[in-house]
Amino acid sequence: MTLLSVRGLSVEFRSGVRAVDGLDLELDAGAVLGVVGESGSGKSVTSLAVMGLLPDARVTGEIRFAGQDLTGLGQRALRRIRGNRIAMIFQDPLSCLNPYYPVGFQIAEAYRAHRRAGRREAHHVAVRMLDEVGIPEPDRRARAYPHEFSGGMRQRVMIAMALCLEPDLLIADEPTTALDVTVQAQILDLLQGLRERSGTAIMLITHDMGVIAGLADDVVVMYRGRAVERGAVREVFYRPRDAYTKGLLACVPRVDGALPLRLPTLQAPVEEQASLETPEVTP
Amino acid sequence: MNAPLLEVQDLVKRFPVRHGLTRRLAGYVTAVDGVSLRVEPGETLGVVGESGCGKSTVARLITRLIEPTSGTIRVAGRELHKLDEAAIRTVRRDLQMIFQDPFSSLNPRKTVRQILTAPFRYQGLAPDEPVEHLLERVGLRPEHAARYPHEFSGGQAQRIGIARALALRPKLVVCDEPVSALDVSVQAQILNLLKDLQDEYRLAYVFIAHDLGAVRQISTRIVVMYLGTVVEAADRDALFAHAAHPYTHALLSAVPLPDPDAERARERIVLRGDLPSPLNPPTGCPFRTRCPKAAEICTAERPALRLIAPGQEVACHFPEPLTVEGTP
Repeated sequence: MTLLSVRGLSVEFRSGVRAVDGLDLELDAGAVLGVVGESGSGKSVTSLAVMGLLPDARVTGEIRFAGQDLTGLGQRALRRIRGNRIAMIFQDPLSCLNPYYPVGFQIAEAYRAHRRAGRREAHHVAVRMLDEVGIPEPDRRARAYPHEFSGGMRQRVMIAMALCLEPDLLIADEPTTALDVTVQAQILDLLQGLRERSGTAIMLITHDMGVIAGLADDVVVMYRGRAVERGAVREVFYRPRDAYTKGLLACVPRVDGALPLRLPTLQAPVEEQASLETPEVTP
Repeated sequence: MNAPLLEVQDLVKRFPVRHGLTRRLAGYVTAVDGVSLRVEPGETLGVVGESGCGKSTVARLITRLIEPTSGTIRVAGRELHKLDEAAIRTVRRDLQMIFQDPFSSLNPRKTVRQILTAPFRYQGLAPDEPVEHLLERVGLRPEHAARYPHEFSGGQAQRIGIARALALRPKLVVCDEPVSALDVSVQAQILNLLKDLQDEYRLAYVFIAHDLGAVRQISTRIVVMYLGTVVEAADRDALFAHAAHPYTHALLSAVPLPDPDAERARERIVLRGDLPSPLNPPTGCPFRTRCPKAAEICTAERPALRLIAPGQEVACHFPEPLTVEGTP
């Protein structure tokens, strides 16, 4: 069953920059869709558009979640879905946490925003979630403030917060980019386990082909706001058709296999073009 | 007899930890705890490890941005921490650094030309080649000299950082996570550039990174750090073919492979728990609290780094046997 269906999504900012340009996506309930691309490819903007978090941009196209078109919804209706049925974890956990409140309180607050629960019950949920994302001594750490956590720990707190309401869809925007590899392995295991246990679908946004290879069922490769390739993960990895996909797969230095003398490079990486040329303005 | 380009012996760095309004001394964090390294001209020493393992502190110690608690650092035979201000300035010509964040390491108010001539100004030298040549060497265009850092992309800004490090024609460049802030396709370009420059100028690198793929691509020799200590040091191919320390194994097996079948089929060693607090490190082996092989002796006795094969040293009471398939 299709949980999320995006048709012809375009996002244009006031500056005239079109970050997403006619994107189609489809995500089944309980599945993992990998969205891969480099900076400026529009992958994060896509996730913000799905969440209705781009009030200043012109968002056109259709975003259907569980049969309901999100583009037409007002803020009140969106708020009932956000955090509750669609949760999101961002790249930078520190900017997502309030420095003035203990993390346990913040998780409990997110929980109480959508569930009828007392403080005590919500606090227990928070402690259980902190434990589940691998924070040692969760009881004690729930009372600690964001600045007392390492970068990796803060991202775990964010994941605990996102998962406490058992959403249908988790949008994970570079969830492990800030984490150490051994911690990343734990978090990827955790996401995999969550998906198996609760059937939460995951839209996994990342630049890391390895993360996609391990977790995703389907993958969309984005370049300059468009999907240049899409398909089942094995199809895309073993028989890539698009030159950009091929380049992206080849240029990653690997820990296994033969060691190339030089890494193959892409002809026109997104980032290099970006700032010195005049930005492409779409009328 | 030629001294090695860089020789680090039993390096220790403790940072005081202070608490409360009175800044009462609460204890010390041992960020680097007895590290020894050696780098020969033209080679790349990769330093890998996770956050908090002390790899960046090592970088700052080597470049004398901070002073060690004990231990020695010798650059071309000269002991770095015995030099006075004037002498250290001459050594710095041979010893440069590239930083992780290309933007915060470039002054936003200065043009690229000013940034690239600054090393000569501080050294009291006349630039021996035009800025334009320097830019071309790192793959930028001559007209970029008049621009400001914000006009560049991350990859280009990192190239400026590299050009600045190379301006004085150093012998050793300490690179602290030079590619981790960059997109994968840009990473590949920067890694290739570093390699080309190394071949051209016979540079030596200390390449500090958490990305094992990048470290493998560029290093001739690799040390793996954990909680301030070196747990394994080996030639590049030996390390990736038969890692001997359980932590190295876990680290290698944690790197996701961009290959769905291989990635899903392999046995991953997932380390339980987290890095112990460096304020209160474990007795004995620093890795024992997360080690799948930990035994009594690991609590009692800290294993010393010992040679187990040519070019491969490991600090473990129970290193992996070399004959068994050790490939990740």
